[in-house]
Amino acid sequence: MKKIWILVRKEWSEVFKNKMVLFSVSFMPLIFTIIPLGILYSMRGATDISTIESEFGPALAQMRTLCGPLTAFECTQFLILQQFMVLFLMMPAIIPVTIASYSIVGEKNTHTLEPLLATPITTGQLLAGKALAAAIPAVVASLVSFLVFAGGTALLATSPAVALQLFSPLWMSGIFVVGPLLSLAGVSLAVMISSRVNDPRAAEQLAVLVILPILALFIGQFAGVLVLNQNLLLLITVALVLVDAALLFFATRLFQRESILTRWK
Amino acid sequence: MDSKIPAHDTMIATRRLTKRFGKVAAVEDLDLEIRAGEVFGLLGPNGAGKTTTIRMLCALIAPSSGEAWVAGYRLGRDDTQLRKTVGILTETPGLYEQLSAERNLSFFAQLYEVEKVDQQVQRYLTMLGLWGRRHEAVGTFSKGMRQKLAIARALLHEPLVLFLDEPTSGLDPEAALVVRDFILELSREGRTIMLCTHNLDEADRLCDRVAVFKTRLLAQDSPTNLRRKLFGRAVVFHLAQVDSAFIAALRQKSYVQGVETVDNKVVVKLDDPELRNPELVQELVALGAQIQFVGEKRQSLEDVYLQLIGDEVQA
Repeated sequence: MKKIWILVRKEWSEVFKNKMVLFSVSFMPLIFTIIPLGILYSMRGATDISTIESEFGPALAQMRTLCGPLTAFECTQFLILQQFMVLFLMMPAIIPVTIASYSIVGEKNTHTLEPLLATPITTGQLLAGKALAAAIPAVVASLVSFLVFAGGTALLATSPAVALQLFSPLWMSGIFVVGPLLSLAGVSLAVMISSRVNDPRAAEQLAVLVILPILALFIGQFAGVLVLNQNLLLLITVALVLVDAALLFFATRLFQRESILTRWK
Repeated sequence: MDSKIPAHDTMIATRRLTKRFGKVAAVEDLDLEIRAGEVFGLLGPNGAGKTTTIRMLCALIAPSSGEAWVAGYRLGRDDTQLRKTVGILTETPGLYEQLSAERNLSFFAQLYEVEKVDQQVQRYLTMLGLWGRRHEAVGTFSKGMRQKLAIARALLHEPLVLFLDEPTSGLDPEAALVVRDFILELSREGRTIMLCTHNLDEADRLCDRVAVFKTRLLAQDSPTNLRRKLFGRAVVFHLAQVDSAFIAALRQKSYVQGVETVDNKVVVKLDDPELRNPELVQELVALGAQIQFVGEKRQSLEDVYLQLIGDEVQA
């Protein structure tokens, strides 16, 4: 474990010297915090939704079943904000992909991989260090932005009932458990790709594919095909724990020190 | 079953060590025995398998067959321990460009489980003249400074065995001299050093023994012995004027294997010049020769190398 943290600290001190990387880590959390809070801010004072009710009456009535005891206006705010909750779930997996995909191929390109592999570090420690170094900042940035979003919602929503409905135990488990697990899965896959390709650009291109299943989750939620409930969340959590373990196992097995050193040019 | 474990003072031993990449043999049946404290040169053309040999001996890649021991650890069995005991300067030593020299070293010192990291980092940065620039990003360093830093990195954990792959490649003469002096200092400390180089003059100066190598081992011995084995020994008499009588007299000696003249120099091939020279000098003086200088003809290691590699190409 000690060697993993040594590697994580080195990665951070290296990566965060790069302003572009800092920007890429902070941009998404920032933008997805500002947008929903901006919407809430713009809705302040607009409590009369009779026009909306008259135009979208039947649809709103259907949606109200999702809103429980909320009023029509509270429900509107809740439904808007709920779409952003999925983004907070996805963010920890999307943000670190670039860093993780560069992790091994980057070391190879800068000729630092051979001296690194010559140390007594094991393959498991190396990959875990690389994965955690990419995942932790993304998870922290996502959680911090979520907390800002939650605080902002509590302040700007039309009533505390919106926040209470939004930050249900179900969504909290999603953000605080599924998000980090999703992040670990994303970075493990990206690190695995990084150790199998010999070009950073190819690594990045392939690693972007990691985002696709997560994007499907978002589209599913947005289109109403997928409704996050307790059972689905439990299923996703268990599946992610298994996927994370499997990915770390396969990443270690697929990491061929010899071919990386001798065949990559 | 293990073959015989190397003797106690043997730091590196290989037995029929072979590495194949597909059908191509990079290293074949390599037998080496390097004693503790020796500076051993591995010489050979590009693609001869020198780097592959070093990588195998540092447990970075696995041999296809054969056995090897480094500092008492058997390759393939005690690889983690082996890695802790050896230091490697790779052919293209990469460094973390954005990090300072100090951070580069402290990272590797921690990975090697060095007990007093700061102290050890300071020791080597000072020793290599980089302490004053320890806080600067390595990206701003010259090639010579980077090479010194990479050497420091290889030494942080005080390895018993040091593998140096082209340590002075691409360095200016001044930086190369600093690195060479440092290697000599390490040798005086008693470290075992395996040196891969294309610089044959450097190998001649630094190495106790060298191996000329092209996939297979062609020859190994001290540079002096290799010269003698390949070219024999010869004495050069610089004369004011060469006379045919001198040549004839020299050729009559039973121990003289050959006589050649080049301008005013007479080259006499023989086995034991220390014993025979006084007699030869007396003979020439008696014949009226005016001897200006007498010295042993020195073949360069380059001559040895080219001869061995040339023979291999012809074979």
